[in-house]
Amino acid sequence: MRRWLVFLILIGVSCAASAHKASDAYLSLTWSGERWVGRWDMALRDLQEAVGLDQDDDGRITSRELRERGDAVAAHALSRLGISGDGRACRLDGEGLRVDEHSDGGYAVLDFRADCPATVRQLMVDYRWFFEFDARHRGLFSLVRPSGARSAVFSPEQPTQTFELAGKGGVWPELAAFVQEGMTHIWAGYDHLLFLLSLLLPAALARDGLTWRRKANLAEIGTDVLAVVTAFTLAHSLTLALTVWQYLALPSRWVEAAIAASVAVAALNNIYAWFTERRVWLAFGFGLVHGMGIAGVLLDLALPKSGQALALLGFNLGVELGQLVIIAVALPLIYWGSRQRYYPVWVLKYGSTGIVGLALIWLVERGLDVAILPS
Amino acid sequence: MRYVLLTALLVFGPAALGQAFVPAGDDRVLEVLPERGGDLQLRALREQLRATPDDRALALQLVERYIALGRAEADPRYFGRAEAVLVPLVRSNPSAEMLTLRAVLAQNRHDFSAALADLRRALALRPRLIGAWLTQAAIHQVQGRYPEALQSCLTVSRLAAGWSGRVCVESVLADSGQLEPAYRRLVALLSVAGPESADERQWAWTVLAEMAERLGDTGAAERHYRRALAIGRLSAYPLAGFADFLLDRQRYAEVLELLTGEQRADGLLLRLALAERQLGHSEAEGHRRTLAARFADSRRRGDTSHQGDEARFELQLNSEPEQALALAAANWQVQREPRDARILLEAAIAAGKFDAARDVLAFLARTGLEDVRLRDLAAQLAGRTT
Repeated sequence: MRRWLVFLILIGVSCAASAHKASDAYLSLTWSGERWVGRWDMALRDLQEAVGLDQDDDGRITSRELRERGDAVAAHALSRLGISGDGRACRLDGEGLRVDEHSDGGYAVLDFRADCPATVRQLMVDYRWFFEFDARHRGLFSLVRPSGARSAVFSPEQPTQTFELAGKGGVWPELAAFVQEGMTHIWAGYDHLLFLLSLLLPAALARDGLTWRRKANLAEIGTDVLAVVTAFTLAHSLTLALTVWQYLALPSRWVEAAIAASVAVAALNNIYAWFTERRVWLAFGFGLVHGMGIAGVLLDLALPKSGQALALLGFNLGVELGQLVIIAVALPLIYWGSRQRYYPVWVLKYGSTGIVGLALIWLVERGLDVAILPS
Repeated sequence: MRYVLLTALLVFGPAALGQAFVPAGDDRVLEVLPERGGDLQLRALREQLRATPDDRALALQLVERYIALGRAEADPRYFGRAEAVLVPLVRSNPSAEMLTLRAVLAQNRHDFSAALADLRRALALRPRLIGAWLTQAAIHQVQGRYPEALQSCLTVSRLAAGWSGRVCVESVLADSGQLEPAYRRLVALLSVAGPESADERQWAWTVLAEMAERLGDTGAAERHYRRALAIGRLSAYPLAGFADFLLDRQRYAEVLELLTGEQRADGLLLRLALAERQLGHSEAEGHRRTLAARFADSRRRGDTSHQGDEARFELQLNSEPEQALALAAANWQVQREPRDARILLEAAIAAGKFDAARDVLAFLARTGLEDVRLRDLAAQLAGRTT
């Protein structure tokens, strides 16, 4: 019996003891607002096979060995990747090597740029790296644009894939996508809305000793609303920008808990009237915290630096627009309600009590990282 | 408020966006290549092949080396490399050996239908090719098709001298209602040393250890596992089996001793992490996260060959019985070894979905597969399925 026949049997039984990770490379292509930025993570073990990194054959790949072979790595990899926009090849340029760890070891990270025209409607990616060495290699690809990410897997059977970018062309659609993102975010984030509503509930009333009196003219009400909303907007725009540009980074659990606390304070203020005339400052102070919370969404997108300004502008515009829509709907109701006899008791007192209760549950959930409400 | 902001800036500073970095200095070790890989020998073979690309015998030799390494290390990268060399060869005028090797690789990917098709072609070309019969037996056995498996095993014992045919036959009989007599015959066979290779002996002792475990003979099982491991050829399969044996007996410290350093193979890392968790070891959480990342990647690449281990991961490390059950049920559709039955029963019990176990219980009743652990699980389910 030939020797190799023996391990066939052994493989037969050993398929249950499952394997290491197979060879994967992680390729991403991100639209920065101006150009396509690529990041390509390749396992050092695979690069050793493909271009040879371990110069001194000691079984270790050091930072020096990788750096010395950096150009060879970039040339090898980029010659096996083709990207074309609307049928025209885009020029690919390596922009240096970094390193990273994945679950199965060290990876080289090749940064590159792809010069495709900004108006491309159809992107074709042709991935041929490492299949010649490992037929089970896969290129795990993601295409990231502000309007969303797409993913694909390249294999020897499917090395070429096409992505429709219809509707992408220039800055305006990008901006619109972010505006929409911002509006969606503010509407879905009940905590931001409840905070704002709590501040606006007494807008048409003024504290008069222990009771509320109706404000006489509309101008007085309008000034009050404008001041509160402006203060909130200024504050959260400020911290939103600082957080996205990473001058400011607080643990999101603290931020989320502080937001819950702010809702409780704003609602309690409707019952106890601590700062009736200074709600503007309340709006500003807590607005700073809300901005950090709002930034979370943008941070999750992990936008490249060059696209951040556009994203921030659009997203913030969206947040403000969304906020204005809510105010436009809520304000007439608040005005009408406040002319009713029982408004101070039913809405200001009991309504705010309800909000306080909800906010306290959030506070416990977020502060202690437990789930109370069904999500 | 400005002061708060300022303080926050000073304390936290700007955070880094990604984790990738440019390594400082020259001597930072970024990766240690697998020592046991025997990479130098491989490199020589590869160089030779590059010089004479038409040398089919040399190419086959390289494929065999890769497969042997892949088996010993449980590393799919070697199987992938074998495939890269083999696929172009098979395209032009394939020999029975090449088809058999391709079947072995397909089987390793759990693509059983492609594997069986290649084996049929190989056996049509060379009806006396022992390796093809053995591989076919192994696939049928994993699928729980015992009569077909037995047929192939009988052919092997007719064609081949040595243990392989007998071990094949007895292991299939042990799965189909004759566990105890098969075990006794195999003990007798292994007590007489033959001219078998180390691989073959290790395989036989591992099969024997598993049989003893299924019979409930703990002492014998441990002896057999130790015997298999003492042969010294490092292979993930007996290591995983013995680790499971120790885990079942709550001998977690010994699992740590057995598997420390064996972190590349998912199956072994899973067992290591299970033991670490029981011991409250500081690395348990890191290993759990590594496994989660690897399973996520295999799912992304559309690879389903890890589902059995992933089910165990979800059940025993993540406490997610529902997800574990879904994975174990999908795994059961592909392979039906005792351990596949076990995880499905355990997940069904943990999730409280007793009906999900019906298929397995019917399979056990039909085939007569014996295993004390499966018997206990089935007893827990008795009367609870509809």
